[in-house]
Amino acid sequence: MTMKTELRSPVSQRPHIIPSVKDRKGIGAEVAIELNGEKLHVQMGKTILEVCRENNVHIPTLCYHEDLCIAGNCRMCVVEVEGMRTLQAACAFPITGPVKIKTFSNKVRKARKHILDLMLSEHYGECYSCVRNNNCELQSLAKEYGVDGYEFGHVCESRFEVDRSSYAVVRDMDKCILCRRCVRTCIDLQEVGVLEAIDRGYDARIGTFMDKPLADVICINCGQCINRCPTGALHANDPSDEIWKAIEDPSKHVVIQTAPSPRAAIGEEFGLPPGRSMTGQLNTAIRRIGFDRVFDTNFSADLTIMEEGTELLNRLRKAIVEKDESVSLPQFTSCSPGWVKFIEHFYPEHLSYLSTAKSPQQMFGAVIKTFYANEQGIDPKDIVTVAVMPCSAKKFECNRPEMNSSGYKDVDYGLTTRELAKMIREAGLVLPDLPKSNFDEPFGEASGAGLIFGATGGVMEAALRTVYELVTGRPVPFEGLNINPCRGMEGIKEASVKLENCTDQFSFLEGVELKFLVAHGTANAKTVMEMFNRGELAGYHFIEIMGCPGGCIGGGGQPIPTSEEIRKLRAKAIYEEEASLPVRKSHENPRIKYIYEKFLSDGPCGKLSHKLLHTHYVKRGKFIT
Amino acid sequence: MNTAFEKQDRTGPVLFRTYEKGSGLKKALSMERNDILDELRESKLKGRGGAGFPTSTKWMIVAAASDSKKYVICNADEGEPGTFKDRVLLTEYPELVFEGMVIAGYTIGADEGIVYLRGEYFYMLSFLEKFLEDMRSNGLLGKNILGKDGFNFDISIRLGSGAYVCGEETALIESLEGYRGEPRNRPPFPVNTGFMGHPTIVNNVETLASVPHLIMNGGAWFCEMGTDKSTGSKLFSVSGDCDSPGVYELPWGTTIKELLKIVGAENAKAVQVGGASGICFGKKDFSRSLAYEDAATGGSIMIFNESRNMLHVLKSFMEFFVEESCGQCTPCRIGNVKLLEGVEMIERGEFTFEYIEKLKDLGRTMQVASKCGLGQTSPNPFISILENFKDEIFNPREVNEAV
Repeated sequence: MTMKTELRSPVSQRPHIIPSVKDRKGIGAEVAIELNGEKLHVQMGKTILEVCRENNVHIPTLCYHEDLCIAGNCRMCVVEVEGMRTLQAACAFPITGPVKIKTFSNKVRKARKHILDLMLSEHYGECYSCVRNNNCELQSLAKEYGVDGYEFGHVCESRFEVDRSSYAVVRDMDKCILCRRCVRTCIDLQEVGVLEAIDRGYDARIGTFMDKPLADVICINCGQCINRCPTGALHANDPSDEIWKAIEDPSKHVVIQTAPSPRAAIGEEFGLPPGRSMTGQLNTAIRRIGFDRVFDTNFSADLTIMEEGTELLNRLRKAIVEKDESVSLPQFTSCSPGWVKFIEHFYPEHLSYLSTAKSPQQMFGAVIKTFYANEQGIDPKDIVTVAVMPCSAKKFECNRPEMNSSGYKDVDYGLTTRELAKMIREAGLVLPDLPKSNFDEPFGEASGAGLIFGATGGVMEAALRTVYELVTGRPVPFEGLNINPCRGMEGIKEASVKLENCTDQFSFLEGVELKFLVAHGTANAKTVMEMFNRGELAGYHFIEIMGCPGGCIGGGGQPIPTSEEIRKLRAKAIYEEEASLPVRKSHENPRIKYIYEKFLSDGPCGKLSHKLLHTHYVKRGKFIT
Repeated sequence: MNTAFEKQDRTGPVLFRTYEKGSGLKKALSMERNDILDELRESKLKGRGGAGFPTSTKWMIVAAASDSKKYVICNADEGEPGTFKDRVLLTEYPELVFEGMVIAGYTIGADEGIVYLRGEYFYMLSFLEKFLEDMRSNGLLGKNILGKDGFNFDISIRLGSGAYVCGEETALIESLEGYRGEPRNRPPFPVNTGFMGHPTIVNNVETLASVPHLIMNGGAWFCEMGTDKSTGSKLFSVSGDCDSPGVYELPWGTTIKELLKIVGAENAKAVQVGGASGICFGKKDFSRSLAYEDAATGGSIMIFNESRNMLHVLKSFMEFFVEESCGQCTPCRIGNVKLLEGVEMIERGEFTFEYIEKLKDLGRTMQVASKCGLGQTSPNPFISILENFKDEIFNPREVNEAV
C-alpha cells in the first residue's frame, strides 16, 4: 500500500500568502503591535482580521469568506491604523511592522454605519419576506450597528427581474450587495466562471454571459454560490409547496429518501453546533409531517456500489483479459450531479470514462417506481418520490429528461436540507427534541459504506471495501475497514492497493496494483482532468470526483454558513456514526442481497439494472447559443 | 500647417527647455545605477500624476528587488477631466517620455516597458509606434542600447478602453493583465507585486519626461526651482473661462492668482484645482500656491467666471463620478450616487440643511473608507463647492449662465 497525499487546491483554497512580504526575512517572526490599546505579539504576515479573530476582537465582514480569496471591496471591516491617512480594510491589510490599530473608534464606527446605510439604501425588499430572514449577514450587521432607519433612503421599486430559470439556483439581484463572493466562488473556488461583475459604477451588477438566464449558461448547479451569499440574493428553487400539496392529497403515496449529509447537518438549522447527526429524529419529523414512507438513500448508495464496482471490474476484465484498447479507464464516479454537468460542459470528449451508473438518488427513485410499487401494489403514477439532498444540483438531476426509465420520473422533487428544515419548522416541530425512529422497510437497512458517501472519498472507500473483497475474498487490508488515505480535506488524494491471492473468477487481476484518486470541488476536478489530458493518469483505475468542496457534506443545499471547519465536523459526524454500524460493506447489506435475488435477478450490470439503474450523458460543451 | 504632432513654440524651466534627442539617455547610460538614484533623490522629484509619491523611493524599491523580471509602466491614461498635458508631451516631446522609460529600465534593471495609452489617444498610436521604430533603428531601444553591453530594453504601447479608474495604477495593471480594470488592495504595492506579479514602477508621463532633463542638469539644479517640498516645475492644463487656455509649464509654488494673470482670467470666480476630483477654490483662496503641500494638482486647472452656476459645475462632476466609479467598493459605488442626488435636491430646492450636512459627513467617510483614490477624492468637489460657494448655492441670485 502506498499513500501519497498532495495539496493541489485552487488558489483560493490555499492559505493566504501576502506577496508583499513573502520574500522578506522575518515572515512568521513575531512583531509587537497595539490592538485597541492592548499590547500583543503577533506573527508577521497575518492580516489584521486574522489577528483580531485570534484575539476575540470582532470585526464585521461581508465580502470576506474564509473559503475565498480576499476582495476587500465591501469596506465593512475598515479599521484605523495609526499613521495612515485612510482607514484600512482589516481583511486585506497584512501586518508587517509594529502597527497600532483601533477597531472601533468613532471614525471607524461612523464609516461602517455609513457603509451599511448605503447598502441598505440599495437593498430592495423587506427582511420578513426574505428566505434568509434571521440568517442574513447584512441583517445581523444592521442590528449590530443599531441601524434604525434608512439614512440615505431606501429603494422602493424592484430593479431586476428574479431569474427562476434554473431548476437549482434562483437569482434575486435586488438583494445583491455586490460583495462578489458568488463571483469568487464560481471563478476561483469552483473554476466554472458563470458569474462575473458586469458594467461599472452604479450600473455594476453580477451577471451571466450576455445576461442570459442561468438555465442557459454553463452553470453546473452546484449551489456553492448560495452557501456563500451573505444575503438572500441567491437561493435554491424551493419545491416544498408542491410537496405539501402531494402530502395532503389522499390519492398520492409520498415517499421520501434522506441522504446522509443532510442528516449530519440539519441540526445546524435548529441551533445545534455542526457535527450532530439527526438521523433518528429526522425520521420522526418526516413521519409527523405526513410522508407515507421514509427510506434511507444509503440503501441505494449500496446499490450504486454494486453497480459501479461491477462496472469497474467489467472494464478491467475487458482491458486485461480481452485486451480491448477501447475500454475507457480510469473510470470516473458519477454520483455528483454537479460534477456530471461540469464534465458535460468542460470535457464532453471524455464522457465515456464516466460510470454509467445513476446516482443513489435516481437509483432509489427507479426502484421505488418499479420494484416497490409492484411489491406494495401501488400504481407508480400515484407515487411521489422526494429526495432530501445536501445538493442543489440534485434538483436539476431529477429533472433530466433521460431519468425516467421506469416510464415515470425517477424522482419527482429534490429537496435541500434547508428546505426540509423549513418544512419541519412550518409543521411546528422542534427537531432536536423529537424521539428517534427507524427507517421504513423494505429499504430500512443500509451499510456504513453507503453512509460515508456523504464525505469526500466516501464513494471510493465504499467501492474499495466491496471490490477488494469480491476480487480476493478477504476484507480490505485497512484497520477497522477505515481507508484513511481517502479521508480528509486535501484537494486531491491518491492511494493504491495491491490485489493478491485473487479468487479464481478474478485471477486476471492477480498482482494488479489498483490505483485510485479522489478529488472534491470542481477546481480540483479540473486539475485532475488536465492531468488526464496530459496522460498523467495512465495506470489509474478509479477516480472519485465530487462537485463540492468537502463532498456532499459541503453541498449547495446545506445549512448556511459553511467553512472548512464546519465541513470537517459534519464529516466527523458521518464517520463516527458509520463506525458503530453492524454492516459496513455494501455487498453484505441484506436488503441489497434481497433485491438482487427478487428483482434484479440477472445481477449487477445485468439487463434490468442497465435499463433502470444506468444512464447516459449529454455532450453539452462550453459554447452558449 | 500646424498638426497635433508638430512642436509648438513653448518655453519652460524644465520640460519645455531645448533638448537634444538621446542626450539624456546617453549620459544616463554612462552613469552608475546608484548615481542615477542619488540624482533622483537629490532632486526630490515627486510623482506628477497627482499623488506625489517620491519617484526615487519608488525606483529604489524596485531596483533593490531580486526578481528576474521587472517592468516600467508609463501611465498615459490621462483621464482626469481638464487634463491634457500628457497629450502635449506625447505628441511634441515623445523623446523625453520614452528616454525617461529607458533610463528607468536601466536604473531598476528592467528590460520591458509598457505605455498604457488612453483609449481616446488612439489617433497618436501610429505616430508613437513610428517614433519607437526610429528609436530602435537609432540604437536607442532594443538590444545593447547605445552600445551599452547587456542592456536591453524595449517599449510596447497598449491602449486602454476609456475607463477613468484605469488611471489608478493597480487598476491599470489589472487592465493590462486582461482583467476588469479595478483597483487592487494595497498593500501589496506594484513595486513589490505589479504587472504579472513582478516588481513594477508605474510613473506618470510627465514624471518620466522630467528624468532626461534631470539627468542632464542634475538634482541640485532641479531643486533650485519650486518650493522646498515641491521641487521643479509642473505642467498645468488650463481650461475654462480664460483668454489663453493651454498647457503651461510653471515652477511649483506659483499662486493661483499668478497663474490666472498669466492665462488672462483675472475676473475668475472659481478655480477647480486638480480636475474633477480636486478642490474648488473661491476668490478668498486665490493667494494659495500650487504645490503638493498646499493646493495639490496633477495639472488640471479649470477656471469659472461669474457667469457659471457652481451647482451645475458640481452636478456635472458628480455625474462623472457616478458613471466612472468602477463599482467595486460600497462607499464609492453608492456614495457618489447619494451625493449626486443631494445636488439634485438642492437644484430642485427640496432639501434640508441637515441632510446636506449628513451627505458631507458621508463624503468624509468616502474619503477615508473607499478602496482607491477615485472614491477617496470624488467627494472633494462636493465638499469644497458646497463649502466655498454656499452663499451662491443656497442664496441663489439670478445667474445668467453662459452656455
